Amino acid sequence: MTNEIIIALVIITGLGLLFGVILAVSYKKLKVYEDPRLDTVEEMLPNTNCGACGVPGCRAFAEKLIANELVPSGCTVSSPEGIENIAEFLGVDAGEANKRVARLLCAGGKNEAHNLANYKGGIGTCRGEAVVTGGSKDCSWGCLGLGDCAVSCDFDALFMNSNGLPEVIPEKCTACSDCVDACPKELFVLMPVEQKLIVQCRSLLEGDLAESKCSVACTACARCVADAEEGVIEIKNNLAVINYNHNDLATPLATMRCPTNAIVWLEGEAQFEKPREKTLALGGVETNMSSGEKIIVTERS
Amino acid sequence: MLDKKLTFKHGVHPREFKSLSDHCSIERMPFVEEYTLPLSQHIGAPSKAIVVKGQQVKRGQKIADAGGFISVALHSPVDGTVSDIDIFPHPNGKVLPAIKIKCDPFSPQIRESSPIDFEQMDTKSFISSIQDAGIVGLGGAAFPAHVKFKIPEDKKCRYIMLNGCECEPFLTADHRVMVEHAKEVIDGIGILNRFVGAEKAYIGIEANKPDAIEILAEEAKKSDFPVEVVPLKVKYPQGAEKMMITAILGKEVPSGKLPLDLGVLVSNVGTIACLSDYYRKGKPLTERVVTVTGTAIKRPGNVLVPIGTPMRDVIELCGGITQDAVRILLGGPMMGVVQKSIDTPVVKGTSGILVLTNNEVKDLDQYSCIRCSRCVDACPIFLNPSMMGLLAKKGLWDEMMDYNVMDCFECASCSFVCPSNIPLVQSFRVAKGMLREKWAREKEMEENA
Repeated sequence: MTNEIIIALVIITGLGLLFGVILAVSYKKLKVYEDPRLDTVEEMLPNTNCGACGVPGCRAFAEKLIANELVPSGCTVSSPEGIENIAEFLGVDAGEANKRVARLLCAGGKNEAHNLANYKGGIGTCRGEAVVTGGSKDCSWGCLGLGDCAVSCDFDALFMNSNGLPEVIPEKCTACSDCVDACPKELFVLMPVEQKLIVQCRSLLEGDLAESKCSVACTACARCVADAEEGVIEIKNNLAVINYNHNDLATPLATMRCPTNAIVWLEGEAQFEKPREKTLALGGVETNMSSGEKIIVTERS
Repeated sequence: MLDKKLTFKHGVHPREFKSLSDHCSIERMPFVEEYTLPLSQHIGAPSKAIVVKGQQVKRGQKIADAGGFISVALHSPVDGTVSDIDIFPHPNGKVLPAIKIKCDPFSPQIRESSPIDFEQMDTKSFISSIQDAGIVGLGGAAFPAHVKFKIPEDKKCRYIMLNGCECEPFLTADHRVMVEHAKEVIDGIGILNRFVGAEKAYIGIEANKPDAIEILAEEAKKSDFPVEVVPLKVKYPQGAEKMMITAILGKEVPSGKLPLDLGVLVSNVGTIACLSDYYRKGKPLTERVVTVTGTAIKRPGNVLVPIGTPMRDVIELCGGITQDAVRILLGGPMMGVVQKSIDTPVVKGTSGILVLTNNEVKDLDQYSCIRCSRCVDACPIFLNPSMMGLLAKKGLWDEMMDYNVMDCFECASCSFVCPSNIPLVQSFRVAKGMLREKWAREKEMEENA
């Protein structure tokens, strides 16, 4: 009886020692060198793993930073100080910070766009609505307003306003492109913040037809083309398209005569203003060129 | 006659509502002012327009060529002028390129056509002539017929199987085609068989169409090719091709495989009747039978509609809609697509226009899944809709792949039986779309890399 206990003890201890030796040897032999800076850099990064830098995850981004394949400013989530700290720590150039934000290319909310039907029941998401003959709006390109993008946003940079349209908070937006993928109508684009002139419409229909479906549709009247510097805007498929290669030539002047306010100039706080929400009730909006403030014309046309 | 009707396992029994229109013989739609012919009425690449604005076209004249192998030609339904080639609303909700033809009001609308000699054709020219005739599957999916009829060299077609089940409630278009065009259906089988060389043909018909079974069985006796009319049990989705094969042959088409892997070629009865029309009378696919029905239609019926006719005119022909109409569907109530507008044209895949009232359309509250497994018992292909529904709610599309979501053919039996009114099939449709989109993105990235 005692013998058996001793035998068992010896076997277990022997096995334990054997595996201990194997582990100790393999730790030495198979050790993978890892840059000690990797953990530190990863800690300095925001660790949101959003993928906006184009690399899968923050650790992978940190690896690329150490290998000098990318620059710290590639991380759009970190604050400028954070990027500076990483650059300092690694002794590299922080690189050109090119802040981009998501922009919605539709301005047809509840007040502007014409609805043909009610989407009831179902799954209650934009994706779900889009598979049912492209959603209830008359315009086939327009925002469906059920907020798939707001749900997808990890940074609370998107919210649905009272007009049933998503709004982007540029300060919080990290250009991670989650909303771009979430939108079934592909209405989000990532743009550098300097690009202030945008056409908030994607309808390819002809002028009157487009306007009959949505009061802020681009009617391709080409007034903006005439008002802007040459080459900045052109009309393609019944839609004004801005050539951002000439972004430095773009001015708010191009938006002044737009009959539907489809083309807008986003300036500072102005992008939160939605003066066109009132257009249906008040007849029209004109912009004072010099100060940028809106003057509302009250009489109906 | 078999005592026990053949069928598949699982499935559901929705109320039929077929008596609204199953006695109405097919009436011809009068010509209307203008026709809109979308260039993509079928699955696959859009057709390519070969006419220009202002050009005169004849009834049955080809106005667009096939845009690839999985694509078909398009023909003018009337004598008239091409008034516009632009983007117009399509029944699928998008705004897509289409040809608008203004009907010539003084034309006698006589089709000048002659039979096509198929006896001398080899298989290759037969396939391309079907593509040229613009024939697609008329069951609803509008898959180009010639692609289906082209038997790959490593496979053999043993049985031709005609689908006359029409298991969707309300729809009676195929029923009327079988009753009124039985000759063409049987003749079409003969033409097709010259080129595919099958042993036998089956026509699967649900037992709720005794007149169609009788007439076709009578007609089949005259044919020199063995054609068997098989009455099937009335059950939804009996008309899904995989379900019909299971019912008739007792074999299951494996996941991800095609019926042809079992040596079976399945086609809708209307499509086969089209073949006969084309080769015997030289008539390409320019019109199809559409069931206009529903409790909100004043005078339900089966109408032979030229492709491209605005839906509004078709509904008006049937007496218009009643005041309490709340929902318009293209196709049947189970798989049909809800429409937001009736200003879209009838296309090749339109099997029915269904308008329902508040009595049928109920806005029910959704509750949580109580795991009663009724959906599991209903799913004809033995999936687990309950679990997939939970995953879809969380957006776990990849995990849904483990439950074979791509095999789902969206028959909606699961949503039909769910006591909690969970939109199961709707979420699977979204999931399938998301997965396809994701794969396309990954493929693009691979190609770029």
